[in-house]
Amino acid sequence: MKVASASKTNQTALLSKKEGIGYYLQRDWQLYLLVLFPLAFVIVFKYLPMTGLVIAFKDYKIARGFWGSEWVGFQIFQEIFSKPDFARAVRNTLLLNILDLCFSFTMPIVLAILLNEVKSVRFKRVNQTLLYLPHFLSWVIIGAIGYQLLSEGSGVVNNLIELMGGNRIPFLQEDTNWLISYLAIGVWQSMGWGTIIYLAAMSGINPEMYEAATVDGAGRWRKVWNITVPSIRATIVTLLIMNLGKVMEGSFERIFALQNKATTEFTTTIPVLVYRWGIESGNFSRATALGLFQSVIGIILVITADRVAKKLGEDGIL
Amino acid sequence: MSASTGNPAAPRKGRLDIWELLIRLVLIIASLACLLPFLHVVSKSLSSDSFVIANKVFLWPEGITIEAYKKIFADASILRSLYISVIVTVLFTILGMVLTICAAYPLSRTQFKGRRVITFIFLFTMYFSGGIIPDYMNINNLGLMDTIWSMVLPLSFSAFNLLIMKTSLTSSIPVSLEESARIDGAGHFRILLSIVLPLSKPIMATLALFYAVGRWNAYQDALFYIKHETDLRPLQLKLYYLVIQASESFQLEATQVSLSNPEVLKASVVVFATLPILCVYPFVQKYFVQGVMLGAVKE
Repeated sequence: MKVASASKTNQTALLSKKEGIGYYLQRDWQLYLLVLFPLAFVIVFKYLPMTGLVIAFKDYKIARGFWGSEWVGFQIFQEIFSKPDFARAVRNTLLLNILDLCFSFTMPIVLAILLNEVKSVRFKRVNQTLLYLPHFLSWVIIGAIGYQLLSEGSGVVNNLIELMGGNRIPFLQEDTNWLISYLAIGVWQSMGWGTIIYLAAMSGINPEMYEAATVDGAGRWRKVWNITVPSIRATIVTLLIMNLGKVMEGSFERIFALQNKATTEFTTTIPVLVYRWGIESGNFSRATALGLFQSVIGIILVITADRVAKKLGEDGIL
Repeated sequence: MSASTGNPAAPRKGRLDIWELLIRLVLIIASLACLLPFLHVVSKSLSSDSFVIANKVFLWPEGITIEAYKKIFADASILRSLYISVIVTVLFTILGMVLTICAAYPLSRTQFKGRRVITFIFLFTMYFSGGIIPDYMNINNLGLMDTIWSMVLPLSFSAFNLLIMKTSLTSSIPVSLEESARIDGAGHFRILLSIVLPLSKPIMATLALFYAVGRWNAYQDALFYIKHETDLRPLQLKLYYLVIQASESFQLEATQVSLSNPEVLKASVVVFATLPILCVYPFVQKYFVQGVMLGAVKE
């Protein structure tokens, strides 16, 4: 049995003489040696931290250490679920990310279609270069530019509004305004960059389809709707699934760079709360439990979205 | 790459009809929205205080002065942050590339037994992680808190980049080339160093850029791990405390009375921190577009 399967995979007579792990280790020891380094690295920096997740089920006391702390089952989870901050963080995380998905996800699709429709290659290139730019900036810089632009006292947008006879608006200092500014800044940062994948998908469309449609008398929008959009549908679905998985996550850096003391209503999200409970207040068990809750929901969301996409006849990602 | 050249949707040559003009108008507005905020901040950073206080600066500097920049270059703590950022970025990029190559090359060879399991071990980290606190405790336990290594080591493995590298190696290095090298007696190390790596320059450049820009822009881990050693703060973290939290003052504030408006100084720091990216941006943009498209290639 074993010999038969081995000789099937290894066709040369030389190889079929020996089999088993020892043989491959000897033959490809250089490959195993190479992979050992990243493997060790991943174990230390990715898998070792995962063992730390058990403190979500322990009453972790620094003095008692990792092993000495007492097991408490799901008590920590019950504790965090009853916190008012928890409900607010879940609400905000969902609110910010779903709204962000609505705007930041659709804008690149629209822009990509528009860019694809432009006839002049030069015009298209210049526009793309400018549109990609915000993606290369860190959230700190974007936050700083945001305050330079939008602050109530000295922001240029407010200066312009005043110049035109309007009243100054506290874009970043009031809760609802903050939410809108947060979303707008997100769209600004990601709209150009997001077009790349769609444009790549569009470049794969057979030009004959457009020509045939033109012969059939289809106008510009008819062609966009019946050829371009269906051609990028698979890409849209794939990206949507990936983004749905992040609905419970959200960028800590983005919120942290844009938050301020005047706008606490919407800025308390799960990652921010994890930071506050864990690193600022030192309640590691509670913060770990919250992080774990977030990861588990995230994975469930990805799997569910993937299943739904497959049911609807799309490829999915898993 | 091909996205910016191939344009099957549009007819070859056509007159500018109303739709074409409308589309261009929308795109111009979107592009200006990406550009104008910078121009404003740059203008502000070059303007003199009085014009900024009077809200007179829009897209052109008024009363041009480089006073604020002089102050930044006289501030040792900002320059030190820049230095830390450069060191961390260089170390991080080198380590990230070594890790990626060491993992991607074996995993791209079909004769490598156990590659499915090992690939899974690597890719699983893309979907599940311990999270902020377990990571933090791990860094703490390893004694890396408040060291430069806390910014170099933990994030330097990227499953995503590994996937891109692996796909590229699988498709771009012909098996026959490797076989002939083996017949000539070359081992895997030799094949990797003399054949695979020289042939993979474009993808390596792309990934190195991914690592470098990602590292340069991140500040979350520095915020967590660099607590007490203010000397080790990278530029982005320095910027965070200086401009956004405004919890830190410029070291030379007291001695230079001429520059009283913090807005000008803040604008200058923003420009100062953006400059490195703006300088390389035109050159790296192309590679990033390629990289994103490679990343979109599914297995």
